[in-house]
Amino acid sequence: MINAVGLTKYYGQNCAVKDLTFNAKKGEILGFLGPNGAGKTTTMRILTGFMPPSSGTVTIGGFDVIDQSLEVRRMVGYLPESVPLYQDMRVYDYLKFMGQLRKLDDLDAHVEKVLEEVDMLERADSYISKLSKGMRQRVGLAQALIHEPEVLILDEPTIGLDPAQIIEVRKLIKQIGKEKTIMLSTHILSEAQQICDRVLIINRGELVAEDSPENLQQKILGKRKVTVQLAGDPQKALPYLQKIEEISSATINEKGMLVLESSGEVDIRPRVIATLTNAQQDILEIYSESLNLEDIFLELTKEESLPVSQEEDLGEAELDAVVEKEGDSNE
Amino acid sequence: MSNIWTIAVKEYKSLFHSAIAYVIGVVVFLSLGIYFWVLLSYGIQTQSYVPEMQILLDWIIFPLFFISVPVLTMRTISDENRTGTLELILTAPVRDWELVVGKWLGTYLFFLSILALTWIYPLMLNFIVDPGIDQSMLIALYTGICLLTAAITAVGVLVSSLFKNPVPSLLASLGMMILLWIIGAPGNYTSGFTSELFKYLSITGHYYGSFYVGVIDLKDVIYFVSLTILALFLGSRVIEARRWK
Repeated sequence: MINAVGLTKYYGQNCAVKDLTFNAKKGEILGFLGPNGAGKTTTMRILTGFMPPSSGTVTIGGFDVIDQSLEVRRMVGYLPESVPLYQDMRVYDYLKFMGQLRKLDDLDAHVEKVLEEVDMLERADSYISKLSKGMRQRVGLAQALIHEPEVLILDEPTIGLDPAQIIEVRKLIKQIGKEKTIMLSTHILSEAQQICDRVLIINRGELVAEDSPENLQQKILGKRKVTVQLAGDPQKALPYLQKIEEISSATINEKGMLVLESSGEVDIRPRVIATLTNAQQDILEIYSESLNLEDIFLELTKEESLPVSQEEDLGEAELDAVVEKEGDSNE
Repeated sequence: MSNIWTIAVKEYKSLFHSAIAYVIGVVVFLSLGIYFWVLLSYGIQTQSYVPEMQILLDWIIFPLFFISVPVLTMRTISDENRTGTLELILTAPVRDWELVVGKWLGTYLFFLSILALTWIYPLMLNFIVDPGIDQSMLIALYTGICLLTAAITAVGVLVSSLFKNPVPSLLASLGMMILLWIIGAPGNYTSGFTSELFKYLSITGHYYGSFYVGVIDLKDVIYFVSLTILALFLGSRVIEARRWK
């Protein structure tokens, strides 16, 4: 449904999106993850025809976003990040206006249906300026849904909502995503994990990883790390632990704690405890750190503040390095 | 066409939600009313003077140029830009020029509504003076004012498309109005082609030279219509250029 090839966008000298290639199938919910300034919004603006790419092509439903922009725009529903709305309009009139621009027949029925979907029927006559942030978000979503688009592009759709509303919106997105193609950006990873069929992680305009949330987690989490604090000297315990097959490395960190790494999915903690108990080592504390997407993500965000000279491409290899570094900092 | 109309109607309605529109209405009618009364009083006092419509209607033109148009057009597109609704409209199936023309039309219709209400003064004058006022003069004056308003509103919308905030937009369009007002003046002190050019560019020249004296000249109609189209065309191009930035 969405097909982007070699998407590149420069703002002057600044490269916002670099050689981005991805696609989304019909009925797929595609998550777009990345820190602020990663190029998510720029990419979405290109997809919706708001701005053209510097190079590369995008087709949506077979239509080119530049050459057949109007066809694409008819097919796409879009919720921009800032949820722009006309403050001086009433909710109902606003949706009607947007519906008119989309040449909908039976406008009132469409407006009422979409208001019901986002649960805003009782506020239909309120001025938008009087609505809370969460309600505005829902009005924005209603606007994106009013023409029952084939493709829905949502830039941070759950931002500013309270937890109950977030659950509602996610449910709504999942519901719509059964038949339509949805692309949503977020920096809440659990959100992507919950609702997306596939996730793209981008950083500084480049694709860092692309997979289903489960696979991605597997790939990135690969390693498990167990940290143990002993009452006695950890040096003495090392030889016993090295006998455990699943442990790929056992080291002692600067706090005098044992750091055990294992590959694979087996939880090594029961064996570690059994081994240490047999060796008469008293365990004060033992915990497992699992690196999740959140850690990777935080690390990527941190990288953002580096000076320009240090900003290098972050590929798969670096991602592993990031995983390592994250582990270190947690110790 | 229907997109233009949809946007124009929305714009027209939204003007009634803003206090500025009412303030402008009050200013126009109050100044017109006071001046009308002054003219009438002068006429009664001297017994030999008949209030002239063109002088009264100057009190529509001055505020239009230097208050109403800059103030009401300043936010037409700059506000869409500032609040981000531009992104919304331009990702809906709306062409850039449809937005610009729609915005212009909505604002223009608002001015036409105000102008329509000012007919009350010539109507009153018609009852007072004998044998009534010169109808053809009145038609020429209003035709001129409507065309003039169309053109300067389009210029205001064009200026608004260049800015993201209404205040710089207001100042810039005020500047444009002053320029359009005085640009004909150098024509009086130059000769040949330069003189002709300045005189042709002058927006006031095209009004005061013909409509003001009761003449509807096709040449002037074409001038105002072309200026309107040119400004709207440039406004659309500005929005298009914004996409490529």
